[in-house]
Amino acid sequence: MTMTDTAADRLGSASSGNALELRGVTKLFGALAALTDINLTVRPGERRAVLGSNGAGKTTLFNCVTGDFLPTNGSIRLFGEDVTSFPPQERIRRGLRRTYQISLLFGGLSVIDNVYLACRGVSRGRFSMLRPRRNDTLMARAAELIEAVHMTPLKDTMVRNLAYGQQRQLEIALALSGAPRLILFDEPAAGLSPTERSELIAILMGLPGHIGYIIIEHDMDVALRVATSVSMMHNGRIFKEGSPEEIENDPEVQELYLGGGHG
Amino acid sequence: MAVTDTRPQPSYQWIEHISATNFGIIALALIMPVLANDFILFQVFGWAFILGTIALSLQFLAGYGGMVSLLQMTVAGLAGYGVALFGDSGAALSLGWPWWLNIPVAIIVAGIFATLVGALAVRTEGIYTIMITLAIASAFFYFARQNYPIFNGYTGFNLVIPPQLFGVDWRQPVPFYYLTLGAATLSFICVLYVSRSPFGLALQGVRDNPRRMAALGFNVTMHRIYAYTFASFFASIGGILLVWQNAQVSPGTVGLPNVFDILVIAVVGGLRHPIGPFIGALIYCVLRAFAPDILLAFGLSGERFKMLIGLGFLAIVFWSPDGVLGLWDRWKARRSANADPLTGKARGGSA
Repeated sequence: MTMTDTAADRLGSASSGNALELRGVTKLFGALAALTDINLTVRPGERRAVLGSNGAGKTTLFNCVTGDFLPTNGSIRLFGEDVTSFPPQERIRRGLRRTYQISLLFGGLSVIDNVYLACRGVSRGRFSMLRPRRNDTLMARAAELIEAVHMTPLKDTMVRNLAYGQQRQLEIALALSGAPRLILFDEPAAGLSPTERSELIAILMGLPGHIGYIIIEHDMDVALRVATSVSMMHNGRIFKEGSPEEIENDPEVQELYLGGGHG
Repeated sequence: MAVTDTRPQPSYQWIEHISATNFGIIALALIMPVLANDFILFQVFGWAFILGTIALSLQFLAGYGGMVSLLQMTVAGLAGYGVALFGDSGAALSLGWPWWLNIPVAIIVAGIFATLVGALAVRTEGIYTIMITLAIASAFFYFARQNYPIFNGYTGFNLVIPPQLFGVDWRQPVPFYYLTLGAATLSFICVLYVSRSPFGLALQGVRDNPRRMAALGFNVTMHRIYAYTFASFFASIGGILLVWQNAQVSPGTVGLPNVFDILVIAVVGGLRHPIGPFIGALIYCVLRAFAPDILLAFGLSGERFKMLIGLGFLAIVFWSPDGVLGLWDRWKARRSANADPLTGKARGGSA
C-alpha cells in the first residue's frame, strides 16, 4: 500500500515528540476505577500490544485516548499536543484512528461509500452538497484502500450484507483513511476464521513504517506477532511493559494472564 | 478540407437511466391539464405536490438523518406567514415588499427558526426529538393565535396570492398545477442529488452510527443542525405555495392536526426515498377529496373521512413499516423470486 505525501509531511512535522503520551490518566465511573494512574508513551511508528484479561480497562483506555470518555484525572498528549479536552473529531484530524471491538459501520451504505466517508471526514468539504466527480481524488483513494484490504469485488455491496470477517476488514480500511499516524485496533481478530486471521496479520504487518498502532487482542499469536512492544494491564493499571519475548517469558504475566502452567 | 468539431459533446447518458415507467409518469404529469378538470388539478394534484414538498423535508430528516421532526409544518407555516407579513395581503399589517424580496426573506427567517430549533432538538434522540419538536410546534400555534402585532392573532392574513409574473395569474388551476409540479420536481431532484453528496452521505452515516462518524472526524451535532437548515428550505417552499393556494394563513395552518398530517403522509408514502412523501401526499389528497362522497354514499357522515385516513395509516404501518414504498419493494422481490433466472419471465406452473 502507498501512503500519500501528506502523511510523510505530517510525520516529519511530528518527529519532535512522541505519538502518544498518557500521564497519570485515571477514569472513574462512580466508585469504580476503570483506569488508575496510567502512564504510557508510544513513539511514532511504534507497534504496541495492550494485553489483559476482560475488565482490565483496555477499551476504556482507548475510549479516553479517542475522546469518547474524558479522563477524570491526568493528561493526554497526541504528537506533542495536549488533547485532553478535545472532542473525538479534533483528535481524528490530528492523525488518530481507531477500530471497534464490535463493528461500527454504516449498514445502510455501500462499502465504497463507507470508505469514502472515512476519507472525507479528515479532509475539507465535509458539508459539500456537490456529488463527487468521476475523477474525485478521495473516491480514488477510497478505491485504493478497499484494494488494500482485498475487498475490491465487494465495493458496491451494502455493508449490512457483508459477512462478519469482511466487516472487520472494512473496519481496517476505515482506520487507514486520510493520513493516519496512530491507529488503535480494538480486538481486530475477534471472531475471525484462521484464514482471515492470517490475512489480518498480513495487512497489519504490511502497514507503512511511519504508521504506529496500539492493538488490543486476546489472541496472543496475533498480538505478539504484530507488536514490537507490549503493555500488560490488570485492574485498570499497567503493571508490566517489555518486548513480546520478555512478556511471554515473564512469570507474573504467565500467572495472571497466560495461566500458571504456561512455558 | 472538412472541419472536425473537437469540442466536447454533451453526454446524454442520464436519459438512458430513466426507465420507461418514469418516462410515462413524467409525460402523464406534463399532459395532466388536458386530462383532468380544474378541481383535480388544483385541489388534488396541486395540494398533493405542496404537502409532498413539506413532507419531503421530513423525509430528508427522518429517512436520511434518523431525526423524526414534527416541526416541518410549523416551518412551512412560518414561511407562509412571512410572505403574508412582508408582502401583500388583506391585512393592514403587511409591509408590501416586492415578491423578489419578501419570498427570500420569508425563507431565510423560516430557515433561521428551523436551525435554532434544530440546534436544540439534535441534542436528543428518538422519542425525545419527537416530543421537543411537538412541544415547539404546539407553542408556535398558540403564540401565533395570541400574537397580534406580528401574526395578526386568530384571524391571520387573507388575500395572500402569488405575484402576477410574466402576465400569468399563477393561482388559476392550470398555472398553479405547473407551479406546484415544478417546485415539487425541483425539490425532489435536489434532495435526491444531495443524498449522494458528501453532506448527504455523512448524514446517512450519522443516522446509522453517530459515534463512528465522530471517530471519523465529523462533527455530528453540526451535521444534524445543517440538516434541519437544509430541510427547512423545502418546507418553506411548500408553506409559501400552501398559503398561495388557500389565499390565507392563520393559526389553523400550523395547528397540530396539520402537523400530524405531514408525519402521516411521510410514513404512509415511505421514508426511505424522496418519492415516498409525494406518494403519501397523493393518497392523502385523493382520500380527502373523495372520501366524504364515498362515506355519504354508504349513509355515513362525510366528516368522518379522517377515520378512513386513520384506518389506511394503521393498515400500512401494520403490514409495511416502510410505507407504500415497502409494499412496492416486497412486490418486486416476490416477482423476481418467481421469475425464471434465465429468461426473466414468470415461471410456469408445470415442472
